[in-house]
Amino acid sequence: MPSGGAAGAAGAALPRDQLLEIYYYLRLTRTLEERLVALYRQTKVIGGLFRSLGQEGESVASAYALERGRNKDILSPLIRNLGSMLVMGAQPVEILRQYMAKAESPTRGRELNVHFNDLEKGYLGQISHLGDMIPVMAGIALTFKMRREPRVGLVYIGDGGTSTGTFHEGLNFAAVQRLPLVVIGEYNHWAYSTPPEKQFAVKDLAEKAKGYGVPAVTVDGNDVFAVYEATKFAVDRARRGKGVHFIEVKTYRRKGHAEHDDQHYVPKEDLDRWATENDPVDRYRQRILAAHVVTQADVTAIDDRVRVEVDQATDACVNEPLPDAESALPGVYVEPPAADKLWFKAL
Amino acid sequence: MAEVTFLEALRQGLWEEMERDERVFILGEDVGLYGGAFKVTDGFSKRFGESRVIDTPISEAAIVGAAAGAAHMGLRPVAEMQFIDFISCAYDMLTNYVATARYRAGLGTPMVVRGPCGGYVRGGPFHSQNPEAAFLHTPGLKIVYPATVRDAKGLIKASIRDEDPVLYLEHKWLYRRIKEQLPEGEEILTPIGQARLAREGKDLSIITYGATLWKSLEAADQLAQQDGVSVEVLDLRTLLPMDDAAIVSTVKKTNKALIVHEDTRTGGIAGEIAARINEQAFEWLDGPIMRVTAHDVPIPYAPTLEDFVLPQTDDIVKAARWLAKY
Repeated sequence: MPSGGAAGAAGAALPRDQLLEIYYYLRLTRTLEERLVALYRQTKVIGGLFRSLGQEGESVASAYALERGRNKDILSPLIRNLGSMLVMGAQPVEILRQYMAKAESPTRGRELNVHFNDLEKGYLGQISHLGDMIPVMAGIALTFKMRREPRVGLVYIGDGGTSTGTFHEGLNFAAVQRLPLVVIGEYNHWAYSTPPEKQFAVKDLAEKAKGYGVPAVTVDGNDVFAVYEATKFAVDRARRGKGVHFIEVKTYRRKGHAEHDDQHYVPKEDLDRWATENDPVDRYRQRILAAHVVTQADVTAIDDRVRVEVDQATDACVNEPLPDAESALPGVYVEPPAADKLWFKAL
Repeated sequence: MAEVTFLEALRQGLWEEMERDERVFILGEDVGLYGGAFKVTDGFSKRFGESRVIDTPISEAAIVGAAAGAAHMGLRPVAEMQFIDFISCAYDMLTNYVATARYRAGLGTPMVVRGPCGGYVRGGPFHSQNPEAAFLHTPGLKIVYPATVRDAKGLIKASIRDEDPVLYLEHKWLYRRIKEQLPEGEEILTPIGQARLAREGKDLSIITYGATLWKSLEAADQLAQQDGVSVEVLDLRTLLPMDDAAIVSTVKKTNKALIVHEDTRTGGIAGEIAARINEQAFEWLDGPIMRVTAHDVPIPYAPTLEDFVLPQTDDIVKAARWLAKY
């Protein structure tokens, strides 16, 4: 597997507080998802639950390479990029409320899981139609270009998602327009139950991007430093007006498509190998400890802090009500302000 | 006052909005230096520059998707479909992404998708379509379909200023066929969601929009002269949201409704209008709600075939005469 190489070594030169911040987001992603599993089993999660187990590293690392803060860079995450959203400032309580369809959730019970947005913080929620966010994020990057703002868009696409028409139309449009857009191609080996060899005839997703004149690299997606460095390079390049960049991250989806899916179609030895030898959080922790930049006490303190934060977020919202039924009607348009309530409701 | 064509009125409306508001920009295929397949954007690139009049690849989904992203960021994109037939390539983007954005995510998406539609021009199956029914079923979109020169201008300006996504359908048969005196220096805005009474009458109401407005008006003239039947004609102008009040009002006045549209019959908008009349004015009806539409076939090329398939003035005359006698 390709590694970050020298770029990875450079990433290790990040200052201590940033190394710990990255660890915080990795741990927060995993612990928050583990909490969601518990809530799912208690039937408090209304719909499906989607894990990013094994993909936390590339999510956090790629988002961390962006400029964050009010009205800086913008990314569009997929269902397995919870970590990316947390890095951009999404709050655990918002995620919990979304999954539990609470009235106070960011979408007031209208949309599921991580499908929500805060453009000022810098994330635009996906829709379920894979590929569609590529043209939309191209439009956002087009706006940056038209306004001559030094901002960058970043968008994720899965291995299966690269089979959609919108992926190709959007990538080509962005390439022709030389837009400040970075595309992260997540090769996680499974599109629901479909393996790559049934999805495309190329070996690497990077080959597809190259077909559009887009520079593309393939990196070890479970090496946080490699993903960070590759993304940082691409983001800086895009910010300088050099156009689109594609980064393929090789990783592995270690849970089923969603929590209901027992992934019987996945070879058990593969799952075991990726879990024991190539867990991105374990690898990252071992690496920062081995570099003697942080201590075990630092890491344990973050683990404890995350546990408390997830507990507090859960307590804050778990007993909140669902939205009032009739709140389903307003907000389709600005004008008219609400859909008509149908006649039989008044009988 | 100056006499202008439908196409020129549309062009003026776009131009004025581009001058008025620097957030407005155009993207589409061949819209820039070439000026668009029908020359709607002729001269725009020279005046406003290539960054505001963007030539795109042949990628309707990317055009609509990129417009949506820009609209989220506060711009006011106007996306052209070279022929509206190709909007089906962007159907997912419009119906799933754009139309739902405000409701599901609180995302404003003020954008216009416009393009030439309609038949009577020997365009064949893929340059003659009327796609409105495919989008009528989509909460979150607005659909306008001007029939007059004044509304061509007034509705494009209102669409660009609307806070929500608008599908603006422009009938290519009307582009250079109809002319009207428009005042110069006066702002023309047609409110979205309001039908217009195009002709007053008392015996029967024709409810229509687009090119068939003109065929309906011709039919009304003939019926008045030949039969002494007084036909009222309602031009819907906006299809979504539909002006129920205007529809109900004309039906309560004449007690008979003939719905005329150029689109095919099954699943067409006439069915929706009929249902609303049934729900809201059943007691006022003195006859069945009838439809004059295209036949349920793809639009064929040969003049003999196309003329038979699409509704003609004579068809409307016969149908209205039948209903008037009912």
